[in-house]
Amino acid sequence: MDRILVGLKRVVDYNVRVRVRSDGSGVETDGVKMSINPFDEIALEEALRIRERGDAGEVVVVSIGPGDAQQQLRTGLAMGADRAILVETAAAPDPLTCARILLELVNREKPDLVILGKQAIDNDNSQTGQMLAALWGRPQATFASKLVLNGATATVTREVDSGLEILEVDLPAVVTVDLRMNEPRYVKLPDIMKAKKKPLDQIPLSGLGISMGDAPTVKAYEAPQQRQKGVMVPDVAALVAAMKDKGLL
Amino acid sequence: MARILVIAEHDGKRLNASTAKCVACASGIEGADIHVAVFAETGETLAAEAAGLAGVSKVIQVDNPANAYPLAAVLAPQVAQLAGAYTHVLGPSTTFGRDLMPRVAALLDVNQITDIMQVLGSHTFKRPIYAGNAIVTVEAAAGKQVVGTVRMASYRSVDSTGKAAIERAVVEAELPGHSRFVSLQAGKSDRPDLQTASRVVSGGRALASAENFAMIFKLADALGAAVGASRAAVDAGFVPNEMQVGQTGKIIAPELYIAVGISGAIQHLTGIKDAGTIVAINKDADAPIFEVADFGLVGDLFKLVPELEKALRT
Repeated sequence: MDRILVGLKRVVDYNVRVRVRSDGSGVETDGVKMSINPFDEIALEEALRIRERGDAGEVVVVSIGPGDAQQQLRTGLAMGADRAILVETAAAPDPLTCARILLELVNREKPDLVILGKQAIDNDNSQTGQMLAALWGRPQATFASKLVLNGATATVTREVDSGLEILEVDLPAVVTVDLRMNEPRYVKLPDIMKAKKKPLDQIPLSGLGISMGDAPTVKAYEAPQQRQKGVMVPDVAALVAAMKDKGLL
Repeated sequence: MARILVIAEHDGKRLNASTAKCVACASGIEGADIHVAVFAETGETLAAEAAGLAGVSKVIQVDNPANAYPLAAVLAPQVAQLAGAYTHVLGPSTTFGRDLMPRVAALLDVNQITDIMQVLGSHTFKRPIYAGNAIVTVEAAAGKQVVGTVRMASYRSVDSTGKAAIERAVVEAELPGHSRFVSLQAGKSDRPDLQTASRVVSGGRALASAENFAMIFKLADALGAAVGASRAAVDAGFVPNEMQVGQTGKIIAPELYIAVGISGAIQHLTGIKDAGTIVAINKDADAPIFEVADFGLVGDLFKLVPELEKALRT
């Protein structure tokens, strides 16, 4: 295939313990480390492996959001992507707008495969890939843990609630990846230097002829209820007694 | 008046308990008139089961050979076709619903409300973000249809005292042939379903092998419980992926959860924080699991688990 398109979202790093601001105006993002959404990193790794096997010509990484998402695109280029596109918006758009933007890029770039993370770990929406597939009128294979290409089709193993489902889809298609698909590579210093010279196109949202859609509005943020630490029991007999006392046995 | 369409999840033979939970969520919307759509190859038994769910006024049975296996690309155009008559379309936040509903939402030109945990109004809902580290109140775009997925751990199934009418429907929608079901490798088990069980016993990395995990199954059987596992235990190959409890596995809310040899990574705790009572058995007294456990027992699981199983059987 000629081309794989991979989406990279800039999110709060997965190691950061996210907290709601005390005034309830949002979550604390000042000064916190930002990274590529971990699922998107797995998507990129898979695309790179396909290209390295000789099954794809180039890997294009795309991000949508404010200008500082360039950092994540540069990391993607350092991992091995050939070029990058940043669609610049004032704030990160809602999933449907993201899907419309990706559709426009799909029409321009004509990829054979779009690989995305199964969800972003900030808003946990898990919508964009499915929506892109719907608008594009193409197959979707979500929550994928294995991807095998066979010419004009792909065989995808999906992690579903009841086990592992195998789906065959015609290409082009949208695949969203789960954690067990692969382990992304580490970026080496020379690759970071090399990535600085790779092309990164910046396109304003208006340049695509798309406007922001009707996102659900957030009315309030609150911290979740915390569980209280309970009691330690000395032995099995005390544990069974405690469970009986609570009417659990 | 809210006209709500719930998309039934099933395996061709029985409804998944997720359907009754979606109906429970729908019932929380003021003035709800709830219909359930059953898409299947032959959905007679399924439709009859759905008709019994309390609060449902009508079941729409859509039989089609193309619906023998639930493919989002095939189901979405049919759901979108039916959806015209409704203000809300709800599905479960299981892998079935998470796959299907955003595709439906896009066809209806709306964003989806993912993981509804509480209904505050016809267009206003609470949902978790950042793996449950924050809860937001969101308002869906006014004057548009609401498409949502229902967070399973937040709702209890409605009971089966209903007597809804069943209507057979033919949905005229162009169905694509570009996506084909090949196979499903499902774990065969006589134990309760992990997602809906009232008791769950989970094992972690400390079990050290697939063979040792038998101990967890035996303890679960003594309790009539479902069996789960931490991500570490799944990644180590002790048990299959569908047993994973946590942020990227199943988010569950059993009355009793027993965590054995699980340290309690934040990703795991996200999956169990709505459990009624959490019991933890771990050799490390400083393990984070004890911070959320109602009852904690420090010690060697290889000694304590058989001892607990024996105590429960007598």
